[in-house]
Amino acid sequence: MKYGYYPGCSLERNAYAYHQSAMAVAEPLGIDFIEVEDWNCCGATEYITIDLLPAYALVSRNLAIAAKQEQNGNGNQLVAPCSACFLNLKKADHYMSESPELSEQVNQALAAGDLNYEPGSVTVRHLLDIIVTDIGFNNIESKVTKPLTNLRIAPYYGCLMVRPANIESFDNQEYPNSLDKLMKSLGAQVVDYPLKAHCCGGHMTQISENVALGLIQRLLKNAVDYDADAIATVCPMCQLNLDAYQDAVNKRYGTNYRLPILYFTQLMGIAFGMPPTELGFGKEIVDAKPVLDKIERGRLENE
Amino acid sequence: MSEEKVGVYICHCGTNIAKTVDVEEVATWAGEQPNVEIAREYKFMCSSLGQDLIEEDIKEKGLTRVVVSSCSPHMHEKTFRTACERGGLNPFFFEMANIREHDSWITDDKEAATKKAKALTNAAIERVVHHQPLEPIPVEINPNTLVVGGGISGITAALELADAGYHVYLVEREPSIGGHMAQLDKTFPTLDCSACILTPKMVDVGQHPNITLLTYSEVEKVDGYLGNYTVAVRKKARYVDEEHCTGCGICIEKCPFKVIDNIFEAGLGERKVIYRPFPQAVPKYPVIDTENCVYFQRGKCKACQLFCPTEPNSIDFEQKDEIIQIQVGNIILATGYDLFDTRRIPQYGYGRLANVFTSLEFERMVNAAGPTDGKILLRDMETAPETVAIVHCVGSRDKNYNEYCSKVCCMYSLKFAHLVHERLPGAEVYNFYIDMRTPGKGYEEFYHRLLEEGTHFIRGRVAEVTDAARNPGEEGKLIVQAEDTLIGKQRRIPVDMVILSAGIEARSDSKEISQLFKMGCDFDGFFIERHPKLDPIATMTDGIYIAGTCQGPKDIPESVSQGAAAAARVSSLISRGTVMMEPIRASINQEECSGCRICNNMCPYNAIVFHEDRHVSEVITALCQGCGTCVAACPSGIISGAHFTNDQVLSEIEGILWDVRKQPELVPGD
Repeated sequence: MKYGYYPGCSLERNAYAYHQSAMAVAEPLGIDFIEVEDWNCCGATEYITIDLLPAYALVSRNLAIAAKQEQNGNGNQLVAPCSACFLNLKKADHYMSESPELSEQVNQALAAGDLNYEPGSVTVRHLLDIIVTDIGFNNIESKVTKPLTNLRIAPYYGCLMVRPANIESFDNQEYPNSLDKLMKSLGAQVVDYPLKAHCCGGHMTQISENVALGLIQRLLKNAVDYDADAIATVCPMCQLNLDAYQDAVNKRYGTNYRLPILYFTQLMGIAFGMPPTELGFGKEIVDAKPVLDKIERGRLENE
Repeated sequence: MSEEKVGVYICHCGTNIAKTVDVEEVATWAGEQPNVEIAREYKFMCSSLGQDLIEEDIKEKGLTRVVVSSCSPHMHEKTFRTACERGGLNPFFFEMANIREHDSWITDDKEAATKKAKALTNAAIERVVHHQPLEPIPVEINPNTLVVGGGISGITAALELADAGYHVYLVEREPSIGGHMAQLDKTFPTLDCSACILTPKMVDVGQHPNITLLTYSEVEKVDGYLGNYTVAVRKKARYVDEEHCTGCGICIEKCPFKVIDNIFEAGLGERKVIYRPFPQAVPKYPVIDTENCVYFQRGKCKACQLFCPTEPNSIDFEQKDEIIQIQVGNIILATGYDLFDTRRIPQYGYGRLANVFTSLEFERMVNAAGPTDGKILLRDMETAPETVAIVHCVGSRDKNYNEYCSKVCCMYSLKFAHLVHERLPGAEVYNFYIDMRTPGKGYEEFYHRLLEEGTHFIRGRVAEVTDAARNPGEEGKLIVQAEDTLIGKQRRIPVDMVILSAGIEARSDSKEISQLFKMGCDFDGFFIERHPKLDPIATMTDGIYIAGTCQGPKDIPESVSQGAAAAARVSSLISRGTVMMEPIRASINQEECSGCRICNNMCPYNAIVFHEDRHVSEVITALCQGCGTCVAACPSGIISGAHFTNDQVLSEIEGILWDVRKQPELVPGD
């Protein structure tokens, strides 16, 4: 199955493990990603709150290029693994469809680069969506050679992927469930994670560390309360905050959390029997080795 | 030009029409149209003085046709037809133009409104000259009535009719009548015991000589029309012979298997596999649940039969479903409601967090005859909660689920708060509400009583119910988070028990039911009344009435009122014996019918028969409802609809287009 692919800035650097593991699991699932040529930043979470029109023009440039790439196939579907990129692309398309005026203004800006975007001509989807919806759990289960037995996973969706409510979503907007099911199909034990759709703090780490650390602490505490071995994420921002700020949380709150924060695609890769190095393991700040060891122990016990 | 003399009357309707439409101009203009003998405008045509105008003009000016331009025919068509009749005209020599709902009420543009009033009036003038005299069709009313649904609304309707001396068939899907009311403990605001006020009525139904009670039964097919319905009812096999069973209950006692009762006990309690939903069930005969019965599944056991003391034995494993045909004149639907499934709002945690309960579970819990003997307990069925949160509007007043207000939840949530105070003195109760809606006799007073009892009221829709504690005070509790909109702050209240006050929804199969009875249901699935204010119990189908929550959310007193009102409507029809029906019916020209049978299957009322011998179709006038489907479908154009003939409809269209009507063009060279 062919899809357009918009990696976004994070996946080139801090979330390279996400990109690497996504590419690795795509192959056995028969997914063919075609990267958008010469793509640019989506504006992240800030630009859209500063100046709407240039923000939409910035995002729409990517949509316009993706729309021209005929090889995308599948009714021109564009996959974004990062939740912020996904939401920005989707929002731009949605609001341009809703408002011909906005669409005209954005296209005036795009004309400077000889581009034009017809709203609705690209379908923007999150990586998790195509994996659970198009590939399906049965298909995934059939690829599992090393089930994640004994591993307790807290599935963490973050706040961007299934919101806002006025844009159609592939999962429940208040209490999503698709990642839970995906992790179960890998053989893992999924803990009920009540904060699964709560905010990780986003860029608040740069603005108000107090607020951000408070939010991160809640998420870590809740996962530990449920005896989770790891948190599975679908977003580079969530991964960064929960992973890189764990030390700061421990210092601030006198705790001793050591909870690996992994991309769901990394866990899929392990379950498919791929070597951890090909899945970006080792790039995380909180060491994921205990998780890998536990999976291995589970496998040996089962044999 | 025809020789008819038309009288045209333009109504001001006070200022309703006159403030937008220049009624004088329309009247003057109408007076100049062909066939118009006299055109007048008048303040209120529906007043007796207005009607007198018509009557006098018919007599004095020799009018042969009448047009009134005023409101919707739904309001006053009958009024003016009667006025024509008094003047000596056939009532069908009348036509009405709607220049209020279709004109003055929908625009402020006087010029456009006046122009449209002319067009509508002219359409009526050109149509009315083609009207034919028609005579109403008398229909005899079968005095038997079918009531569908044995909740409080259906019970009331059945008893009212039976007490008036008319026979009633009461059909109920469950093994016992009683409906949702039988599951309740107390009723607001008086707190009378629900069973104490309901069971005498249930017993009356069971014993009434004029009521044939068909429980564990469903309507399968409905044919016929007002006064003469034929209904097929499937009486499901109970596997208990009602003729010999004494209802002693020994079979229930001896049955060795128990299952969770998801219907009556809302999943909180158990019942035997051969069971009565509750001790006061009417009728008293038990039912075998074949899906869980060991004999039906594995062919062994028969304990119930073994211990049955009657002679002959009342357990009949061979019993089959029965189809019963009944003849009735009228049908009252009182099919009730379904409770909103709280699992649809996953962030409230029902089914995931043990101590989140639905309102129906709590009703069963506080019921003295319920699974905990009236004790309020957490899911462990041992510990009493010290703090309870009651969440209002679950599935109601919410764009994601149902936009409407379910009307009863505020009051029953207050009742719950009171019952917690009563049963667990010292317990703290938090009611989370959006707006407190307590209109009704004694309802607001009940709210004040709860304020004085010390209930905490927090105004704000609950965002989530979670067990993710943020501080030691929240550990081990359920935390209810909401924005308190009165102080503008987020509140997190740790509690032991959460009750979700689920809203009222239409029955999940209400659409199929409405199709079965050939009437309408709205977007939310509630049955549509004939008029939302003036006729909330009749439907657009003659002879079919609705009562209780199948029409929309309502409480017990309202459901009872509607049940009684529906019975009164049916009684008046029965006592008249014969009613006159609109003669607007289709007829097939037997000489010209080609026998293609296209119309046969199109008729939604099965009113067309095919005569094999003569190879022609014929409309059964009594069954025809005048919908016109066959008239439009007939490829030979030989079916005509009385009062909607081709020349009537075409001249109406020509009339409405008077200002753009083309004169026959002269083609050069002709």
